[in-house]
Amino acid sequence: MKKTILSLAAAAAVMSFGTVAAEAKVKACWIYVGPIGDFGYSYQHHQGLLEAKAKFGDELETAYLESVPEGADAERAIERFARSGCNIIFATSFGYMDPLNKVAGKFPDVKFEHATGYKREHPNVATYNSKFHEGRYVQGVIAAKESKAGVAGYIASFPIPEVVMGINAFMLGAQSVNPDFKVKVVWANTWFDAGKEADAAKALIDQGVDIITQHTDSTAPMQVATERGIKAFGQASDMIKFGPTTQLTSIVDDWGPYYIERIQEVIDGTWKQSDVWGGMKEGHVVMAPYANMSDETKKLAEETEAKIKSGAFNPFTGPVTKQDGTEWLKAGEVAQDSVLLGLNFYVKGVDDKLPQ
Amino acid sequence: MLEGILLTIATAATPLLIAAVGELVVERSGVLNLGVEGMMVMGAVTGFGVALATGSPWLGVLAAIIVGALFSLLFGFLTLTLVTNQVATGLALTLLGLGLAGMLGESFVGLPGVKMIYIYIPGLTDLPLVGKLFFGQDPLFYVSILLTAGVAYFLFKTRAGLTLRSVGDNHASAHALGIKVIGIRYMAVMFGGACAGLAGAYLSLVYTPQWNENMTAGRGWIALALVVFASWRPWRVLAGAYLFGAVSIGQLHAQALGIGVPSQLLSSLPYLATVVVLVLISRNRRLTMVNTPASLGRPFVPDR
Repeated sequence: MKKTILSLAAAAAVMSFGTVAAEAKVKACWIYVGPIGDFGYSYQHHQGLLEAKAKFGDELETAYLESVPEGADAERAIERFARSGCNIIFATSFGYMDPLNKVAGKFPDVKFEHATGYKREHPNVATYNSKFHEGRYVQGVIAAKESKAGVAGYIASFPIPEVVMGINAFMLGAQSVNPDFKVKVVWANTWFDAGKEADAAKALIDQGVDIITQHTDSTAPMQVATERGIKAFGQASDMIKFGPTTQLTSIVDDWGPYYIERIQEVIDGTWKQSDVWGGMKEGHVVMAPYANMSDETKKLAEETEAKIKSGAFNPFTGPVTKQDGTEWLKAGEVAQDSVLLGLNFYVKGVDDKLPQ
Repeated sequence: MLEGILLTIATAATPLLIAAVGELVVERSGVLNLGVEGMMVMGAVTGFGVALATGSPWLGVLAAIIVGALFSLLFGFLTLTLVTNQVATGLALTLLGLGLAGMLGESFVGLPGVKMIYIYIPGLTDLPLVGKLFFGQDPLFYVSILLTAGVAYFLFKTRAGLTLRSVGDNHASAHALGIKVIGIRYMAVMFGGACAGLAGAYLSLVYTPQWNENMTAGRGWIALALVVFASWRPWRVLAGAYLFGAVSIGQLHAQALGIGVPSQLLSSLPYLATVVVLVLISRNRRLTMVNTPASLGRPFVPDR
């Protein structure tokens, strides 16, 4: 029932999109998995849209669809955009991968950009992503330094490579400080449900974690952590307002520069298929100010961030052992991007069985 | 830990209970309003906004109740006076509510809200295990229990309740007896709207004191299912809401304990439990027939 309603909602949203500029040179369209008011992942993508709009002014016409469910509904939404004269379409969630590639085959003149995916089945499909795991490694370092219980709670969304990568990076960061550090993982099986995320946070805290981190999009876990007097990390945007005494830092996604670059390329006619995976170095991943931690932790966090930013250090550097005890990376070996983007196993120390 | 789990379950169950009890009264009067989700989200945005502006969560709650009732009046006017299709109108109400609330709440995004103060009775609240559970929750938790008791009493122990049920069971006969079918249905619909508004305010003022678009996240639909689940009996709605809450919270704890059962399966447990109970209930056809409002969803046009 809910699914039907969501698709109806999506259809209704389709009817009402967009402002029409008089002499736009290019039309760019965005599809978000959550509402732009989530103050998390979709909100940050929308900030990217607004940045692009501010940059190009009347030259750019924009449209967006929010809360588009992943799967069959997404295909309709993407096709609708392709038909309605969008020159470039940014589909911003992993689950849009197959529908997007399917539609892209039918509209060779439209450029399709897919965030966080890995399939590029047609020359007009590009993929882009941010190395959020770089930020999660820094969070792991902070968590291990600041936690007294020695165990952190991790609220995860869906078991896709992106999320698994984040959990592993967090674990490795924590282990670099405290080899016995534990992470408890709870899968919410949603990207956005404030109530459920709050419940997950409460469950984790009741089981003794004293730091919460999340890979879901609402600010609810931050509020629960504040209420219970423990520390937490924000997600996607700076959530300090929801936990002035709680937030240690937050990984802030900055998509604006990438969107502006790609739209400019469409205007110039130089757009090409690509697979961009920017991190701290490219400015796609920014850490919110470090707060609510000891000076010593702060210093270590800043050093770790600087090391990653300069390219001197990759979070996935061996020796790393898989959860089942077999060796993944030899000492000094760095994981290949292709392996990371299809990651489907945990590193040693994660207290969870990965759903397959 | 047990106390923590029970408190979390109560918080998860309360909004479902409030919305479902409201919808139960609506359906007992023979009207099917699928707009619960829309009325709930309107209540959530109103409650948040008013509480933020005035600093008083109670004014927020009051405003949410009023807005919920007014919003349902739109549904009432369309389905009862203009005799539109109830299913389609209810769906439209949900879509309208979600969109309108998103628009009204645009400026609230990213603002921490006002949280309702929890009850504290010196001595009683500090009792081990049961203290917080019975004497230390948010005020709306107690409202939800009283509401259930009140509706149960009203429906089955008062003349007015009997009249309302007769309208839901056979509107033609009720009309012939001189009962104002449309008037009663209007009142029932508004009561349902007020409850849904209150449930929404619970989300944005107690559960997660913040405003996000679509923050109801399908809870209105769960409430609708609970009414059927409970075969239109108030105390069973309470049992259903708490069962659903318990399974939802229990699976999160099971995951955090790392018991190694796939999380997708665990996440679907609340829904599976609902399906199983529905199947068990529907096996007893006689009982189902007795409790189902016979005129549910059927339009009524008085032939003067």
